[in-house]
Amino acid sequence: MKVIYKRPQVLTDAYFKYCGGCGHGIVNKLIAEIIEEKNWLEKSIIIWPIGCSVYADQYFKTDSICALHGRAPAVGTGIKRSLPENLVIVYQGDGDLVSEGLSEIMHSAIRGEKFSVVFINNAIYGMTGGQMAPTTLLGQKTTTSPYGRSEEFSGTPVNMAELIANVPGCYYSERVAVNTPQNILATKRAIKKAFEYQMEGQGLTFVEVLSPCPTGWKLKPTKAQEFLTEEMLKIYPLGVFKSPEVAK
Amino acid sequence: MGEKVFMQGNAALAESAIRAGCRFFFGYPITPSSEVPEYYAMRAPEENLVFIQAETEVAAFNMLAGVAATGKRVMTATAGPGFSLGMEAVSYMAAAGLPAVIVNVMRPGPADGDILAAQGDYFQAVKGGGHGDYNTLVLAPYSVQEMADLTVEAFDLAFKYRNPVIILSDAMLAKMRESLELPERITPNEQYDWAITGPKGRAHNVITTCGDGPIQWENFNLALQKKFREIATNEQRWESYQVDDAEIIIVAFGSVARIALGTLKRARAEGMKVGMIRPITLWPFPVKAFEGLDRQEFFVTELNAGQMVEDVKLSVKDKERVRFYGRMGGMTPTPDELYEKLCEYYRK
Amino acid sequence: MNSVKIDFDRCKECGYCIQFCPNQVLANGSEINKKGYYPPAVEKIEKCIACAICARVCPEAAIEVIKDING
Repeated sequence: MKVIYKRPQVLTDAYFKYCGGCGHGIVNKLIAEIIEEKNWLEKSIIIWPIGCSVYADQYFKTDSICALHGRAPAVGTGIKRSLPENLVIVYQGDGDLVSEGLSEIMHSAIRGEKFSVVFINNAIYGMTGGQMAPTTLLGQKTTTSPYGRSEEFSGTPVNMAELIANVPGCYYSERVAVNTPQNILATKRAIKKAFEYQMEGQGLTFVEVLSPCPTGWKLKPTKAQEFLTEEMLKIYPLGVFKSPEVAK
Repeated sequence: MGEKVFMQGNAALAESAIRAGCRFFFGYPITPSSEVPEYYAMRAPEENLVFIQAETEVAAFNMLAGVAATGKRVMTATAGPGFSLGMEAVSYMAAAGLPAVIVNVMRPGPADGDILAAQGDYFQAVKGGGHGDYNTLVLAPYSVQEMADLTVEAFDLAFKYRNPVIILSDAMLAKMRESLELPERITPNEQYDWAITGPKGRAHNVITTCGDGPIQWENFNLALQKKFREIATNEQRWESYQVDDAEIIIVAFGSVARIALGTLKRARAEGMKVGMIRPITLWPFPVKAFEGLDRQEFFVTELNAGQMVEDVKLSVKDKERVRFYGRMGGMTPTPDELYEKLCEYYRK
Repeated sequence: MNSVKIDFDRCKECGYCIQFCPNQVLANGSEINKKGYYPPAVEKIEKCIACAICARVCPEAAIEVIKDING
């Protein structure tokens, strides 16, 4: 008998508090797989955001700290500058990274801080009950855009992976999605690459992961994946926006 | 003990922090505190310091949290508007048990205000400008020597209790130059079993301030309150001057206490039985200093509209015996001005 | 025979494993778990090729896949 897939040992036994079908669960699992495969547990520190993943410290056997809303990159700056040899993972959602913490993430890239950012983009604020995010699509209905997001009051969706790629201190930027098995494997490859670059001592590595939010979007999980595939990918193309190979 | 030098208050504070093993500084320039980051920037290469000019005070205070979480000494310095920006992070660091040192060099508020000496941030620092039930130690130097000594103590206290410590200075103390003895260099302990350093050879550590239901969160708060009560009992500090036979006791902190020493001298020379209590910890407020002083009058003088005076009233038996005189906007009284007020209030 | 083990009480009935299994090994289940969800039933295990796509799409890390290297 050969074990083809087993629950990663880097995860604790705690049950995830995420909704059924949530992308956070998939990405949390991928991060645990990578840390286990690379034997990096003893070096790993994860900085969690305020958002649906706020309790994720309960799911991981890494050291964890939960930061104030938007401030994970600032906390990460302190931790990575204090412990440059550690694997420092800054994990954030739309509200945390694109809204409250836009200054902190951009300045971390400007300074070329050497941590890895895993950014979960589900075009909505999940934890607080489904409000609009800066990443919400035009016309998308949320509790604070009940008639659909309007450009006049709320501008247009923010493409973070492209924006941050333009900063010289950003070493690697890629957008991936967790809507299909192939894309989930590509997400794992991207996150693993980001962590590897960090352990080589390179600058800021950034992986934006498009994720379904069934509860926020008021769609069953499989329907939510359809929305991701058919609508989100139009605004948020997958791809590598900054990489050392491209620069050459 | 240490080297005898003639230095500016801000520089003495920065140099003492370096000697106390604080290798990390994050801050944003703001008058009258900018000499502290400038000093760190200048000394960084030879002392192997990590100095980052953060994009905002919000970021700086959160960078403090990150370094403190790894068990290392770290500091920021700011003034009123920046101190306000950092308040969420102060609440966070107190809840999370993060031992950072925060210097607030007071200047007149509210809002942008002005840049000379003031003491209008007392409420904010002492009562807690951040949300929720928490406390931080607040130390109030009154000389360049105390800028040095209290900085060393601030780090020790921060790590003793795993709590942020605020040093409350002001524009006058920050900019004036005096002789002082610098502290000896130390190499601080940086190994703490609670620190976030990667789970090597131990169970994993978690630092979080996100409550998981009311039962857990109330227990979390009860544990914090127990710690604050311990600090309040054990760490009250003050200095008393000629209190034993005093009928009128001046109560002042920081630069105003320096001015009031001149008032004390003149009043005594004129035959008035005046003494002074100078709080050094503003939190915990030194209530013990007022024990047994039931028949004295208290003359509280501050550079604000009346903030510490409330804590004095809470600390004495009869609050009718407490009177206040303050200046604002960056104006400071002279020793004679305070003496004239004493006469106006108390001379029969 | 390969085997697919689903952690019964972790499942939140998202349906991804059923949707993405290339051989329709899994189907909607009829037994309710502690949280009120109906985890999938392993219906056609003989068709399982141990690709582990089900395990990889599961947001709960609730699935274990074992390949029978003999049979």
